[in-house]
Amino acid sequence: MAKLLALTIIVIAITSALPVVLHTWEAPADISTHGHLIDEQMSETMIEAGLSFLAAQLILAIFIWKFSSRGPEAKLKTFPGGAKGLVIGALLLVGAEVLALGVFGVKAWADVYLTPPSTTAMPIQVQAGQFAFYFRYPGPDKKFGPLHPELINEGNQNFFGLDPEHDVDSRDDIVTAEMAIPVNKEIHLLMHAKDVGHSFFVRELRVQQDFVPGLDVSLHFTATQVGKYEIVCTQLCGLGHYNMKAYLYVLSQADFDDWLKKETAMQ
Amino acid sequence: MSAQAVQHHAPPTSFLRKHVFSLDHKVIGKQYYALALLAALCGMVLSWLMRIHLGWTNVAIPGLQLLSKSGAPGGVMTPELYLQLLTMHGTIMVFFVLTTAPFAAFGNYFLPIQVGAEDMPFPHFNMMSFWVTFLAFVVLMSSFFLGDGPTLGGWTQYAPLNAVGTAAGPGQGLGVVLWATSIALFCIGQLLGALNFITTTLDLRVKGMSLMRLPLTAWAWFITSCMGLTAFAVLMPACILVILDHVAGTSFFVASGLVINDQVLPHSGGSTLLWQHLFWFFGHPEVYIAIVPGIGIVSHILITNMRKQMLSQRVLIYCMGALAVLSYMVYGHHMFVSGMNPFSSLAFSFPTLVITIPATIVVLIWIFSLYGSKLRINSASLFALGFISMFVSGGVSGFFLAQPSIDIMLHATYFVVGHFHMVMGVAAMFGIFAATYFWFPKMTGRMMNERLGKIHFWLSFVGAYCIFMPFHYLGIAGNIRRYSSFPNDFMQPLIPVHRWITVAALMTGVAQLIFLYNLIHSRFWGKPAPDNPWEATSLEWSTATPPPWDNFGGKLPVVYHDPYQYGVQSSLGDYVMQASPEQVVTQHDEK
Repeated sequence: MAKLLALTIIVIAITSALPVVLHTWEAPADISTHGHLIDEQMSETMIEAGLSFLAAQLILAIFIWKFSSRGPEAKLKTFPGGAKGLVIGALLLVGAEVLALGVFGVKAWADVYLTPPSTTAMPIQVQAGQFAFYFRYPGPDKKFGPLHPELINEGNQNFFGLDPEHDVDSRDDIVTAEMAIPVNKEIHLLMHAKDVGHSFFVRELRVQQDFVPGLDVSLHFTATQVGKYEIVCTQLCGLGHYNMKAYLYVLSQADFDDWLKKETAMQ
Repeated sequence: MSAQAVQHHAPPTSFLRKHVFSLDHKVIGKQYYALALLAALCGMVLSWLMRIHLGWTNVAIPGLQLLSKSGAPGGVMTPELYLQLLTMHGTIMVFFVLTTAPFAAFGNYFLPIQVGAEDMPFPHFNMMSFWVTFLAFVVLMSSFFLGDGPTLGGWTQYAPLNAVGTAAGPGQGLGVVLWATSIALFCIGQLLGALNFITTTLDLRVKGMSLMRLPLTAWAWFITSCMGLTAFAVLMPACILVILDHVAGTSFFVASGLVINDQVLPHSGGSTLLWQHLFWFFGHPEVYIAIVPGIGIVSHILITNMRKQMLSQRVLIYCMGALAVLSYMVYGHHMFVSGMNPFSSLAFSFPTLVITIPATIVVLIWIFSLYGSKLRINSASLFALGFISMFVSGGVSGFFLAQPSIDIMLHATYFVVGHFHMVMGVAAMFGIFAATYFWFPKMTGRMMNERLGKIHFWLSFVGAYCIFMPFHYLGIAGNIRRYSSFPNDFMQPLIPVHRWITVAALMTGVAQLIFLYNLIHSRFWGKPAPDNPWEATSLEWSTATPPPWDNFGGKLPVVYHDPYQYGVQSSLGDYVMQASPEQVVTQHDEK
């Protein structure tokens, strides 16, 4: 039975590793300027964690195979070097691994969160509410008008609570249910929660950020490939959480300009 | 304090004192075990329902309407019912199974015996601890039948969804209040228990039982109690604040200007992130509250079945202590993308990576202690070995989630679900199973059926891998957790994987019924157990089976040895009991 267990552990370990080793199962292709840093960090971690996983499972299996059900006459043995060797080995190996992952990981994180957006980044406001995203573009004046929560009215499509009658800056604001951005242009996303917690996640863009009710947070990124992608909510927000999504269109600058014109006309 | 200072209580005479409101730590331990078993059954059934729905979203599930009429029109689960079941599954399993069984149940039963005490120092508190926990379970389950059902906010109950009332969805009014009341009661129960565990360990050790002579299980329960004392003391007030937000018009967790159904909420000034800090300050130590007793149990059982000591007992104790201390410094890794200061994420990332060092050392000590052993294979040791395999598999995925940059990709995906189910769910459950097969003879006086135990192990071990390893792959593909169905374009190709997982989950679930049958059948008709069936050394095996009401029949033992004297020559064979005055000769190690 012990030998069967050892074999089972080996089969499970190898089977679990196969999709990664054979590259038959991978994350979707990155379409952002910063995503390769995350992907590299992911690959390094996969190698280090994968080797640790395989080594631990295989050694466990070998020892179960070799040292189970030995007769009473068998002599007990102690692993050479004892605990001291293992502790030193773990401190050095895992310590170095941890340090390397930690230090190199800072670069990927810093690129997204610790560097401010450039002054030329294009601002877009996204509002998350149960169970839809809405997007706001500042219009020709490049200014967003203020929000008035008491004016929010889904029936007359005032999703953000704008008051163009009194707020000059709101008059040219463009509100949409889909997000379009020009390719290779940095976007400064201003995130606002209407009701409860939500999140903004686009797999291909390698961005995920929670909306915090009562606290506007921001995010910046640059998409590098034209295409249609899905924005999904990853923070449990209520019964319609599973269906809270919107499309992101990454367009050429010309297509984006056309799209914005059409949306402006529809306001 | 000497063992003579144990608070003596008279032997129970009435039925109520003997079986219901018992002061005896052993009865209380069994009560906790029964509660955990009931809770595990409920949690498992809920997971079956969820898995069927995830595999085949529009299928009608017979009997589902009994659980919720409005949530299951025609037997088909609605999204809100899915989230309610998800919330209840998580809450039940984390609190009432993974905390209750390895810590409160086995700890209650065996800690006093292992330190050589007649009982815990505060038996009335101990009794209250169980009954308050039981009441907490009743309050939680009552939410199925009151108002518009249980809360749908997940076991983490993030703010402000947990504080804005029914406008945010079914179960978000009374359901949340009942949830928070239940958890606050649970915290009180665990605080009372932790006080007893700590004082038992520090003050009631019998003559000769120095701290370093305590078995690893006793150390694990002691360290867990210290964690529980701090963690539950934070969660309890947090739950009270949530209740106040509902019933007293306060705004601890709700910010100004929030709008639901075009109505501005009558709250202002609260903080959304405050809840997350309070919750995870409890929540991450809770992971270790669930798993550290398992670490102790697995060590204890493996040593007995290896017939030799671990490479270093002292190192294992230090590592459990390090895990406990670090568990408070890592909680922010749950909040990398929450909107907290991004520098904080880096600050929380390093201790999260560092905590892998003591965890790795524990695993290395286990694995390399197997070298040169005479490993006995039985149901208990199989589950202990399975625990190690699962702990490794779940542990390595922690490397990914400890890094904020990778968390951007994996946060809130099935990768996280796979990680925590393996490392704190399945591993902890394997610890509970190992403990059950190991201590059942002592607790009941009867042996469990070994053949059924081994079948149970094989189906559970292979089944758990079939369920939870694919979760990691779903996560890498971006499959979001907590979705009641998968309408997104990119998730469509993942649905066959979900169906595979559902089939595996149902089959693994059936295997647990074998365990249940074995447990009940053996309790009444199992072979009578000898006092020390595993030839083990710690004090619980020195007393009668099952132990008398005062544990040692009025004569407290004296401890002469370290807890794990195996591989020696003695009159008993290759081991000597802790309470035996016999001098022993250590067998020469073969290098």
